[in-house]
Amino acid sequence: MIALFYIAAIIAVIATVAVILQTNIVHGLLYLILSLLAVAVIFYVLGAPFAAVLEAIVYAGAIMVLFLFVIMMLNLGQHTRDQERSWLTPRGWIVPSLLAGVLLGQLVNVMSQIDHELIPEQVGVMEVSALLFGPYVLAVELASILLLAGLVAAYHLAKTK
Amino acid sequence: MESIPVEHGLILAVILFSIGLIGVLTRRNIVFVLMSLEIMLNAGGLAFIVAASRWGHAEGQIMFLIILTLAAAEVAVGLGLILQMFRRYKTVDINVLSEMKG
Amino acid sequence: MQDLIWLLPTYPVLGFLILVLTAGRLPKNIVAIIGAGSVGLSFLTAAIIATQFLSSGEDYFIREVWTWMAVGNFSPGFNFYLDGLSLVMMLVITGVGFLIHLYATGYMADDPSYSRFFSYMNLFIAAMLMLVLGDNLVVLYLGWEGVGLCSYLLIGFWYANPDNGYAARKAFVVTRIGDTAMALGLFLLFAELGTLNIQDMLNSAEAEWKVGDGLAVVAALLLLGGAVGKSAQLPLQTWLPDAMAGPTPISALIHAATMVTAGVYLIARTHILFELAPSVQELVGWVGLITLLMAGFIALTQSDIKRILAFSTMSQIGYMFLALGVGAWSAGIFHLMTHAFFKALLFLASGTVILSLHHEQNIFKMGALRQKLPVSFFSFLVGSLALTAFPYTSGYFSKDEILIAAHGLEGPGMIFFYGGVLGAFLTGIYTFRLFFIVFFGDSNAAHLPEKEYGGWNMNGPLIALIILSLIGGFFAVPLDPVFGQSEEHHVSGLLHTFMVATPLIGIAISFLIFYTKTIPVEKLMVSSFAQTLHKFWNSGWGFDWLYDRLIVFPFLWLARINRADVIDGFYALVVEISRAANGMIVKTQTGYLRWYALSVAAGLIVLITLGVLL
Repeated sequence: MIALFYIAAIIAVIATVAVILQTNIVHGLLYLILSLLAVAVIFYVLGAPFAAVLEAIVYAGAIMVLFLFVIMMLNLGQHTRDQERSWLTPRGWIVPSLLAGVLLGQLVNVMSQIDHELIPEQVGVMEVSALLFGPYVLAVELASILLLAGLVAAYHLAKTK
Repeated sequence: MESIPVEHGLILAVILFSIGLIGVLTRRNIVFVLMSLEIMLNAGGLAFIVAASRWGHAEGQIMFLIILTLAAAEVAVGLGLILQMFRRYKTVDINVLSEMKG
Repeated sequence: MQDLIWLLPTYPVLGFLILVLTAGRLPKNIVAIIGAGSVGLSFLTAAIIATQFLSSGEDYFIREVWTWMAVGNFSPGFNFYLDGLSLVMMLVITGVGFLIHLYATGYMADDPSYSRFFSYMNLFIAAMLMLVLGDNLVVLYLGWEGVGLCSYLLIGFWYANPDNGYAARKAFVVTRIGDTAMALGLFLLFAELGTLNIQDMLNSAEAEWKVGDGLAVVAALLLLGGAVGKSAQLPLQTWLPDAMAGPTPISALIHAATMVTAGVYLIARTHILFELAPSVQELVGWVGLITLLMAGFIALTQSDIKRILAFSTMSQIGYMFLALGVGAWSAGIFHLMTHAFFKALLFLASGTVILSLHHEQNIFKMGALRQKLPVSFFSFLVGSLALTAFPYTSGYFSKDEILIAAHGLEGPGMIFFYGGVLGAFLTGIYTFRLFFIVFFGDSNAAHLPEKEYGGWNMNGPLIALIILSLIGGFFAVPLDPVFGQSEEHHVSGLLHTFMVATPLIGIAISFLIFYTKTIPVEKLMVSSFAQTLHKFWNSGWGFDWLYDRLIVFPFLWLARINRADVIDGFYALVVEISRAANGMIVKTQTGYLRWYALSVAAGLIVLITLGVLL
């Protein structure tokens, strides 16, 4: 199990790096789906099967598909790919990489001071739903309102006239 | 048996987060920027699950659920905005959105 | 009944408020009733209070109304202090004030700003009453400033003409110099004696300071500075002739009967302070003497009827200062009262003359008005006789007392006496010069007057003032409790005759020059020396010229070289710095989304760094 964690971790990192280096949008999306599925595996290893399934179904399954639909609507052709290639100059990577590197260094520095182990038990659906219907029922309501707002906004913003 | 140390999980989340950050700052195609944002959100969710696993209860998963909901709504609205932008400017270059300068 | 003393200034204040709030929308007769009626009510109340006070036989009466402010141990109140001195002043202000208000209802009848005029007049009466009735120097200063304000407003009443505004500003600025000196005096008195309540202050001054104490001298000197400003004495006398730019009723009220006497009141009220500083008291006398002689010479050469009367006022106040300087406090106040009567009479009568001749003020364009304007003629006759101290008029008794008291003083008393007699001689000449030129001889007027201007509301006050000028000398002013028993002075019969006869000789000389023309004026003016002297006296002994060169021109030069405004430059620098900073910061607003994302990331890193470090 532990080895599975590290393997999935490496796959996730490589796939994510590949996402941001792509010129073809659809290829980038596919790499992103790969990354998300690897993270789903990690969730299962960490003892959160419910979250793993959610990640796979909702995130990778619905949200990314939504992305795909919109990209297909935009109908970006070959000239976009050349455009993308011209935009990704090596010079443009320097400052963001520097910033992200500094951030990475700081956060790694902070995180490595924690000294604890993960508990390998599975926290199943029963516990999660008990909490959802119990103390966190308001969170559910708020989430549904958020989704409603997103729905209305998306409908309105995407209208043609 | 030995278990995974917490910092490894969190460091993984941090790595994914910074990769997403690089993507947001570098790419000029707005769809890629949105995708990089998704990467960052996912990394945040991963951090929460790691924390839930460390303490052994389900609150982290609930937080992940909320983040997921948030990501879904955000993607919906963001894609709608991208569609509007594409209709207006006929391009997905992020630099055309610079009318509010000065 | 005496408790109602607080009503005295309240009636005019109410009148002022009503007239201000209705802002000219009321019909003219209502405005007249409110404007003159409020002062009339004050006079009635004052008369009732006066009879009660005099019959009660007490020395003084205090009516506390409320505490104005309470800071530490400084708590002046709005309290009214009634004794013989404030009684006299209060009756003069409300009585003569009422008559002048009544006259003004007729004089200003054609003026479009009728309501504004009466609102200012009422405010003035209220402020003047506060000045004389207050029991502490703060309330007095309030009234002092109030009358200064109203003087400014009323001199520049016809503000459309910029010359009037200039005259008003000149009056205000010159009296301000005096007011500043007075304020400094108040600060000194409070710092040294700890109280501004007049009676308490005078008592503690008497207890703490010996005669001739340096602090007493400085305080008295500063108060004198305030007094000369308000009373138009040397060296702050330049504003009074220009103040004649205002309407004639206010020249009568403010610049003859009441405001210019405020300085005399101040010195009389704080007389103990002046007794503690004999050098300053003597200075008061000298200021009075020099001013009365100076003004007398100037009045000989003037051609505007109101300016002659203005310089005459300056001269008569010089007499009052002379009286205060020799310690004849009661005589000074007595002369204040009689002067209010006959000077108001003269000014109001001149107002009738001016209006009858359609706003003509040059006496050389008048003449032979004796038959046409009978009431004015009689008013001028009685007023001039009283002014020149013709025997048994009111002016005779008061001026007599002053000169006799001056004679009784050792040291400079003789100079004061003979100077005063010379002044009386000059008064005789210039007063009757005015009288003969205006009312006798041939007419030089552009248009002959058809009839005398004014109805009962203008002639009534004139007749009332005629009667007062004649019998006013027989009033017994109750000033002994205030100033202590006045010493009885005697002069030899010869000196007394000399004193009485001199003005009469002046009248006779004027008669010869201006009526019978036995000594023609042209012959006197032949020599160039005479002409230079005439020009010199006409320009007010060159004081305006002097002050222009000393003060006005340097100030204007300073304003001119500072046209770029150094002080403002500092604030402009602040603006420039803001603008430069804005220019720098606005460069961060590029409008590019990626730039903003970059700045968010950078900020995040800074925060985390801070979180890690701290």
